[in-house]
Amino acid sequence: MTTLTAQTPQVYNVFIRATPEQIWDAITKSEFTQQYFYGARIDVRGDRRFSAIGELEWDDEVLESDPPRKLVHGWVSGYDSDMAAEEASRVTWEIEAQDGGITKLTVVHDQLEGAPKTAENVAGGWMYILSGLKTLLETGKPLAG
Amino acid sequence: MQYLTGDYLVTYHRSVTDDDRVFKALADPTRRFLLDRLFKRDGRTLTELESGLEMTRFGVMKHLRVLEDANLVVTRRSGREKLHFLNPVPIRLIHDRWIDKYTEHRVAALADLKHELEESA
Repeated sequence: MTTLTAQTPQVYNVFIRATPEQIWDAITKSEFTQQYFYGARIDVRGDRRFSAIGELEWDDEVLESDPPRKLVHGWVSGYDSDMAAEEASRVTWEIEAQDGGITKLTVVHDQLEGAPKTAENVAGGWMYILSGLKTLLETGKPLAG
Repeated sequence: MQYLTGDYLVTYHRSVTDDDRVFKALADPTRRFLLDRLFKRDGRTLTELESGLEMTRFGVMKHLRVLEDANLVVTRRSGREKLHFLNPVPIRLIHDRWIDKYTEHRVAALADLKHELEESA
């Protein structure tokens, strides 16, 4: 997605047959994230969000935490040295219960002005992650491949 | 019928109707044009989206409503403006759940073949 401008927020949305609490756990505990988040082990503890992929480890600031409704944290692409040098952007997770046991999950990735490479990189990544999260929560299994 | 087969069919049925909405939304050139516009630049107002389209504002709104129902377009308020964002997740879901299932092995075989040909070239 080379035509995306870095200034534009990115907004993603998915409906998942799961409770808000299940979604909250799935985005804040590594036992879940490693099954759909490119293998990343992510744990939200206190005011930090810890990430690890293989030997790489980094952490971001948690800006707002209102379980199981809203999580806002900084984003530095610690998985790539070029992108890791860019300024921190911001990710907001909004979790809203709907009728019929369905929960709406919205991800907004913004404040990307100082992170053009990250903006381009995550554009394809978020839909893969959210598709994988939905599959994991609804079937109990990660996406194949 | 659904009672006999338990929750599985109900769950399956729901995901099928979600997919139906996506396919229906995509089965129209104006709506694909609107998605392409958002792909080029995301987060646009209705006024920006309707410019250059030979259609009434009401007509464009109707198309955007179909795209929103299919969850292909998400709107957010920014001050006084309502901005429209492309949400590619439903297309990815169809890809992951349907297309992967049927093409995985063939695509893998072709990728292997390409790799071998390039190695030996």
